Amino acid sequence: MKEELLLEVKNLETFIPTPKGQIKPVNDVSFSINKGEIVALVGESGSGKSVTSLSIMGLNASAIQYRPESSIFFNDKDLLKLKEKEMRKIRGNNIAMIFQDPMFSLNPVHPIGRQIAESIVLHKKVKYKDALVTALELLNKVGIPDAKRRLNDYPHQLSGGMRQRVMIAMALACDPKLIIADEPTTALDVTIQAQILNLLHKLQKESGIAILLITHDLGVVAETADRVLVMYCGKIVEEGTVEDIFENPLHPYTRGLMASVPELYGPTKEKLDAIPGVVPNPLELPKGCNFVTRCSYATEKCSQNAPTLLKHPSGNRVSCWYPLEKEGERGHYETAATSFS
Amino acid sequence: MSFGTVFKRLMAERLAFFSFIFLMVLVILSIIAPFIVPYDPLKQDLMKVMLSPSAQHWLGTDELGRDIFSRLLMGTKAAIQAGLFAILIPLCIGVPMGILSGYLGGVVDDIFMRIVDGIIAIPAILLALGITGALGISLWNAMIAIGIVFTPQFARLARGQTLQVRSEPYVEAAKISGAGAGWIMLKHIIPNIAPPIVVQASFNLSFAILVEASLSFLGMGAQSPQISWGNMIQQAYSMINMNAWMIVYPGLAIILTVLAGNFLGDGLRAALDPKYKKA
Amino acid sequence: MKQQPLVSLKEIKKHFPVGSGLFGKKDQFVKAVDGVSLDIYPGETVGLVGESGCGKSTTGRMVVGLTNPTGGEIYFEGKKLREYKAKKTLGKNLQMIFQDPYSSLNPRMTVADIIAEPLVLHKVGTAKERRKRVDELLERVGLASYHGSRYPLEFSGGQRQRLGIARALALQPKLIVCDEPVSALDVSIQAQILNLLKEIQEDMGLSYLFIAHGIQAVKHISDKIAVMYLGKIIEYTNKEELFANPRHPYTKALLSAVPHPNPKMRNRERIILKGDLPSPANPPAGCSFHTRCPVAMEQCKSIDPNLLPTSEQSLTACLLFEEKVAN
Repeated sequence: MKEELLLEVKNLETFIPTPKGQIKPVNDVSFSINKGEIVALVGESGSGKSVTSLSIMGLNASAIQYRPESSIFFNDKDLLKLKEKEMRKIRGNNIAMIFQDPMFSLNPVHPIGRQIAESIVLHKKVKYKDALVTALELLNKVGIPDAKRRLNDYPHQLSGGMRQRVMIAMALACDPKLIIADEPTTALDVTIQAQILNLLHKLQKESGIAILLITHDLGVVAETADRVLVMYCGKIVEEGTVEDIFENPLHPYTRGLMASVPELYGPTKEKLDAIPGVVPNPLELPKGCNFVTRCSYATEKCSQNAPTLLKHPSGNRVSCWYPLEKEGERGHYETAATSFS
Repeated sequence: MSFGTVFKRLMAERLAFFSFIFLMVLVILSIIAPFIVPYDPLKQDLMKVMLSPSAQHWLGTDELGRDIFSRLLMGTKAAIQAGLFAILIPLCIGVPMGILSGYLGGVVDDIFMRIVDGIIAIPAILLALGITGALGISLWNAMIAIGIVFTPQFARLARGQTLQVRSEPYVEAAKISGAGAGWIMLKHIIPNIAPPIVVQASFNLSFAILVEASLSFLGMGAQSPQISWGNMIQQAYSMINMNAWMIVYPGLAIILTVLAGNFLGDGLRAALDPKYKKA
Repeated sequence: MKQQPLVSLKEIKKHFPVGSGLFGKKDQFVKAVDGVSLDIYPGETVGLVGESGCGKSTTGRMVVGLTNPTGGEIYFEGKKLREYKAKKTLGKNLQMIFQDPYSSLNPRMTVADIIAEPLVLHKVGTAKERRKRVDELLERVGLASYHGSRYPLEFSGGQRQRLGIARALALQPKLIVCDEPVSALDVSIQAQILNLLKEIQEDMGLSYLFIAHGIQAVKHISDKIAVMYLGKIIEYTNKEELFANPRHPYTKALLSAVPHPNPKMRNRERIILKGDLPSPANPPAGCSFHTRCPVAMEQCKSIDPNLLPTSEQSLTACLLFEEKVAN
């Protein structure tokens, strides 16, 4: 099966001016999403994952400045060059977004059926009555029990899990090709999270929708994604298929994140291998590799020169001078470099 | 956040800085005015009635030949007194009422808030007129009236803020360690509700000066020979057909003071914000 | 010889009145906590897991006296909590760490004042001695003494959580209730805080009541784990037993819902529960889990199971086991 390119982010670099100086929440980020693929963007606070998603959606455009070389191609159109009006069309019809807390995205004074139907009318130019029928179908599709009665419910009458389903139904209203899901299950309980992740999987399988899943939870990634991007301080530090990333993480940060999560299966470790220190201040990023302040493998070279994201023989792309070997040993750039291509 | 940082931030805001200086000058003038005025502000000189501004009389003279500049300087005393006194009353009565109401709740809250509701139900200027009417017409009574008019809004503000702070985890942490109501109100609630109240107070300072002027204008405040910007306007008003500019000086003084109070309030609000950013 | 429990909860209940009927009669109650019994022994960590609204936080708040139970008794070292006349005695022994590292520190106090507050309230030492103690505490939680003169706003989430821990340690308590202490933090910081809590326990021999919805963190730190559902403990056992041999259908579903960190396990057999958590204002009759239970039987709709021993260390509240126990 040939993979068709849906979205391509190239050299995305953003600036946000702050009173104390300019920060770069996203620094030269390139990646792509194929049709029907679930790509996870993993990172902690300050990693730039949210700004990346906002850039794709063209939201908050006034606060974010882009480097001229940045581009985000979607269906051969550069989203960064579109006018707000054209972008609005894309947002409704091709790319949809779901958020961590659906309570903020739903209008509290209208019943949910009406909200879904109105967004259908807006984008598809159909009669309200027909739109309402579609809304009902969508609510059934996302697994809302007794959907017909629920049409007249207000957002506050629904539980968190149900509201997230409604948000997903609304995102589906216009047959999007890509859904950006920003921490969609973080606010939910674990049994409800399992339901929502299941639903996202089902949508991908049945409707071929691509999903950009933004999360900090590695478990959710392992469970859901096809491909994984790990971000740290505005840069992608590692990229690969979900199997490669979890089986053979090359970047010390990726490995550190995995070791930070207590093991649920198997014996309890006496101590977790926590990553020491804190994320550096975006105004005072280190000179070389951004991770150098917290990396136990770092050398002089790491503090002088920033590595670039390169393809590693194992299949992942990694931005590290010394990609880790299988057992977590520090690799040797010299040997690895020759085989890099 | 220390007092020093707040002050430094405040001074960094240009408008707030000038407003602060302006108000400070007024305060100083209100004290030293009697010693520096070029003429006795009460001395009439019927030979020099309604003179235009000149080197001798910078702002001219009024219909009784009194030096307007001297009278304006003497008027700062009434204005500053009215402003300070009128916010001191709600700060000393309204704010504690609000804090107790919000923190203790229950019966205390019910009683205090019904009193406040009662006061609010009467239009402010009517209430002020009523109180001065009952206490007798004088500048002091006018100030008491203004203070009482302001009390409810401070009580409500303090109560609302207290309700918010009361349930913060840091208050709960203090409770777990055995802190009593007094400790919590003093150490946790007051420092955290102070900023909005200080801001409110600086807005009200200028509003109080305005109300004082209004009451004096209506003849319910400062009485001649006491000098206030309000009764200067009233006198000038009766001469408006002959000499319109006489009304401009006290009017301008009031406007500038009110503006300064508002700018200072805005500056304080920004400076007291923990997430302060220099504009 | 059996040790005396440090803290012992006996059938504690917390019913909040909601709405009021005619003539101000309170006619409906949210049963946030509905008969919870639990013993915490010196030096051990008891984990309390469950989903939102299961009453785990309310239970923790009752233990430190932030709210009083509407039924049942809490004992501290064998004496009823409410019989301790001076609340201060309890404050010395029972402390709490909060979830939100931002709102749990007074933004208008310096770090040193925040950490010293419990010492001042208990009139421990002179100002100089307290300052020394603050320095020790700062160092203990991985910060430095010069941090004392700063304000909370200058710290990151993880550092603030360390400050909250330092404050809780100031009086050398015997038990700390940790209410979701890591769930607001970044993954890499969570591990640091969990390690710190474990180290402190080893040093000082105190007990934790560790409340969290993240089962991994609870597993990492706890000796015993109680699983709560709608105000009740439905399974209580030691950690090894719970993960090796979960008995209650809800526990099984809860464990199975946790995403597996190995993508190859994606297609494993999983129990996906149907529907939502029922409202604690209107819990189902019988076993409160029967509306979502994949193995519910007819009698589950009417009979509320008791928490009964199902092995040497385990207690389970499920009719499936009640019959076995009876036989």
